Amino acid sequence: MQHEPAEIAIVGVGQSDFRALYAPTDRPRDAYALAAGALREAIDDCGIDKDEIDGLLCSRVEYGRLATVLGLRNPRFVHDLEGSGRMSGVALQEAVALIANGAADVVACVYGNNGRSARMRYGGEGGGPTVAYDEMYGMTSPGAYVAMMYQRYRGMYGASEDALAPLAINNRRHAALNPAAVLQKEITREDYLESRFIAEPLRLLDYCLINDGAVAFIVTSMERARTLRKPPVRVAATAGMAHITNYYTAEDFFYSACQDVASRLYRQTGIAPEEVDCLQIYDNFTPTIVFTLEGFNHAPRGEGWSWVDEEKIRHDGPRPLNTAGGHTSESYMQGWAHHVESVRQLRGEAGARQVPGCRTVQYMCASPIVTSHILTNDEAVAR
Amino acid sequence: MNAESYERLLPEITPENRPFWDGLAENELRLQCCDACGEYRFPDSEVCPRCLSGSFSWRAVSGKGRLWSWIRMHQKYFDAFDEVRPYLVAYIKLDEGPAVISTLGETPDDLAIDLPVRAVFEPGFSERTVLKFTVERPEPVA
Ligand SMILES: [Zn+2]
Repeated sequence: MQHEPAEIAIVGVGQSDFRALYAPTDRPRDAYALAAGALREAIDDCGIDKDEIDGLLCSRVEYGRLATVLGLRNPRFVHDLEGSGRMSGVALQEAVALIANGAADVVACVYGNNGRSARMRYGGEGGGPTVAYDEMYGMTSPGAYVAMMYQRYRGMYGASEDALAPLAINNRRHAALNPAAVLQKEITREDYLESRFIAEPLRLLDYCLINDGAVAFIVTSMERARTLRKPPVRVAATAGMAHITNYYTAEDFFYSACQDVASRLYRQTGIAPEEVDCLQIYDNFTPTIVFTLEGFNHAPRGEGWSWVDEEKIRHDGPRPLNTAGGHTSESYMQGWAHHVESVRQLRGEAGARQVPGCRTVQYMCASPIVTSHILTNDEAVAR
Repeated sequence: MNAESYERLLPEITPENRPFWDGLAENELRLQCCDACGEYRFPDSEVCPRCLSGSFSWRAVSGKGRLWSWIRMHQKYFDAFDEVRPYLVAYIKLDEGPAVISTLGETPDDLAIDLPVRAVFEPGFSERTVLKFTVERPEPVA
């Protein structure tokens, strides 16, 4: 059956206990076991029958093995997305498109990652033709390409040396309110400035936290969602645009692609950026948050670094941002856990970090594939 | 630097990229230039990213550009660079259009974005000449 694109919902979410999985282990954990655990939790969360799942989208795990493990023998649509963070938003977009055009009715989006126990370094391991000429200069790792952008940003707009500190502090403060978060010890501006450089000007506390873990979410029509266990979270709009060049470094900090995506989202939903109750921003490295705030009109261009303020962006402040602790403190789940947090905030399930009266959440990812969604609950519709 | 581990980081010379490396050995920066529309590109590829023409020539370019940005890498990712940490990596925008990752032969204290730079050609400890850049200083007024 076909559905209007705005009549589609996330109905179930599941994720690993990231904190428990940060513990050292002798052997790499099985990403498929983790993925299956997250999907089991998502199924329990919505109460749908496993056999109703007729679409399976995977990232960092592959459908052949995963469907075997799960006993999903006959999905009508399967697709492996690459294991990069930009794909979490793409997975939801693809699920929405599949349901809208009737190719599938219940789509499971599943991510499983054993990066920590498998000793993934995200640098130094080669990267194909685009970076073949970079390694002879010692250039490697996504963080270094982001650091290139941020160094220029600082030169253009005069961002201070501690400009990113509020973002690291904010993530950590929220993580302290999230039982599943890995790093829960709050940090100060001094701690930030004392943390060592990785790719200067970026410091350890600007960096995502590589970990093991899995995330799953289940997507279906609003019509079907109404019959399930939890209040539906509507995908009010989603949009994307690539910005692909030879390097992860985007010479406009992904601004033009973000602007294009933002204008479509705000037009389709009639929701203005300042009306969004909670911001979930892909934060592989803290400067990405600044670029995103500007690209999506949450902060004026060139002023994102001074717009962020520790009191403004906390869960009970006026512009709550990355309420689960983000990639630097909760766990680096490549945007997937941000989706789960979006759903929990809209259901009022976020416990000590709950944004009061949360009716709209925006997920944003500024990367070589820019994606963003606006998610709403029934109160938003009634407004 | 450890020569053996450094060698492993150099791109393999192939029939497709050999003109680039031959150019550096002759102290010239050569890039592919589209015969149909004149677009320069880097790294080498089979077709023009602007017009998709497969016809191209390798042309010497000015070697001039500007320092779009830079970082200092403190983290150890490569054995070859372990002992020179932190080291500078530069993102250079060439006047002809393409961007290249490189480094500066000598690093002034007062780096700033958009400083003019020009290519310098350094015989490494491998057989290869490696492309680096140096900050252009205005000629002293006589
Ligand atoms: Zn051309």
